[in-house]
Amino acid sequence: MHRLPLLMPAGKGSARRPSEMEDKVTSPEKAEEAKLKARYPHLGQKPGGSDFLRKRLQKGQKYFDSGDYNMAKAKMKNKQLPAATPDKAEVTGDHIPTPQDLPQRKPSLVTSKLAG
Amino acid sequence: MTPPTNTVCNCFCILLTADIISTVEFNYSGDLLATGDKGGRVVIFQREQENKTRPHSRGEYNVYSTFQSHEPEFDYLKSLEIEEKINKIRWLPQQNAAHFLLSTNDKTIKLWKISERDKRAEGYNLKDEDGRLRDPFRITALRVPILKPMDLMVEASPRRIFANAHTYHINSISVNSDHETYLSADDLRINLWHLEITDRSFNIVDIKPANMEELTEVITAAEFHPHQCNVFVYSSSKGTIRLCDMRSSALCDRHSKFFEEPEDPSSRSFFSEIISSISDVKFSHSGRYMMTRDYLSVKVWDLNMESRPVETHQVHEYLRSKLCSLYENDCIFDKFECCWNGSDSAIMTGSYNNFFRMFDRNSRRDVTLEASRENSKPRASLKPRKVCTGGKRKKDEISVDSLDFNKKILHTAWHPLENIIAVAATNNLYIFQDKIN
Repeated sequence: MHRLPLLMPAGKGSARRPSEMEDKVTSPEKAEEAKLKARYPHLGQKPGGSDFLRKRLQKGQKYFDSGDYNMAKAKMKNKQLPAATPDKAEVTGDHIPTPQDLPQRKPSLVTSKLAG
Repeated sequence: MTPPTNTVCNCFCILLTADIISTVEFNYSGDLLATGDKGGRVVIFQREQENKTRPHSRGEYNVYSTFQSHEPEFDYLKSLEIEEKINKIRWLPQQNAAHFLLSTNDKTIKLWKISERDKRAEGYNLKDEDGRLRDPFRITALRVPILKPMDLMVEASPRRIFANAHTYHINSISVNSDHETYLSADDLRINLWHLEITDRSFNIVDIKPANMEELTEVITAAEFHPHQCNVFVYSSSKGTIRLCDMRSSALCDRHSKFFEEPEDPSSRSFFSEIISSISDVKFSHSGRYMMTRDYLSVKVWDLNMESRPVETHQVHEYLRSKLCSLYENDCIFDKFECCWNGSDSAIMTGSYNNFFRMFDRNSRRDVTLEASRENSKPRASLKPRKVCTGGKRKKDEISVDSLDFNKKILHTAWHPLENIIAVAATNNLYIFQDKIN
């Protein structure tokens, strides 16, 4: 039986015990969950599969056009290579990104948690 | 062996500033200790032999060999960067003078041969001692080259490269007790290899759903049984472990045993599944038990009982009231490893703030120690640490809010025979041993 890591809407799920309200207050885990829900109200309501799992499987994804890269490499052979790597803020025009230029930072789970 | 909670630790600390250590592993005799790092390098340390002239150097580990195992790659077809970080190293049992190990990054496994050269041939006929070719017409006599001793040189060479078998990221490799095969596991599949054959591997577990939208769990770790060459286990992100028998079918999608601890549904929260995800699974040396590490605890399972673990040890239960912030800074996804000592009487795992924990299964005692420069003077003993969970903080205790979550000990290893442990704290490797009397 598959249990998806989604929050169950109020009213569904296991029968309420009389002391459940008390549990919600005293259990540290539930208190943390309440905190999280308060900060990110849309968390966990996306249907179909888990965000975490998909993020995990997509680790390392960078967008890169090999055609552009190879064309630029060919063009570079006729030009002098720049002495220092250009500042990212100044990269415009016909500078084709190389694998080394692409940002190292992988998008944090928090931003994707907020999206959608 | 002295119970680990009474361990008075000698420290022999080695600095590895180059890069963050990503795996630590002793070989079968414990004389060699391999580390892999984020930069794709492998550094092997060797234990010094007992030396009468330097009695204090007994058991010190020194650098034996360093080599670049993996390089960064870019998969142009899928726009994927393939990190060179070494995810796991596993030694092969020693069969001759050379040492062999498997090292893997996200996509490729390599078999490395590490051999010593301490002799050199001298007196070649066709070339000089410095390598220059001699004029063949000037040679008037033949001589037989002789072997002369030379300074020890340790060479590492890649003997096999096992590539292109994994779509997803390899998280585990495990050498079989038959010493001929090994398995490699990624998020969704497990493959079986023969150490001699690189162009073929057999898929033995495949949990990829037909529709990726239905994906609910991934494989997090896998290991072969230490004695039964047909048995292996794999753990999942849902906190379950499946034991599979390769004799029962070629594709082990159906498990032979399913280990899961029942959960109280009323205590379920958003975090429940995330913190139940198993980050490491290790068989005991005896083969009778296995240990799993989830975010807050270490559990010992009897292979004969699937319904629940026989032991649960809390690593840092005080973090349960910090789960919200640990989720926000992604620490909740940290993958801690765990290990057994040689006699299976003790287990060890890491925590935050450069703390690591050891549990004595017999006496039920546990201890928290810290791997840090300030506390680790050579031959000084480590002082137990304590985290204060609330209320008044005693002197020498540290409060939960003061813990440094960037200082995480994810990788630890225990010598197979002695009370020597290796602890990786970011880019420092600490080796602690029992004090000798």
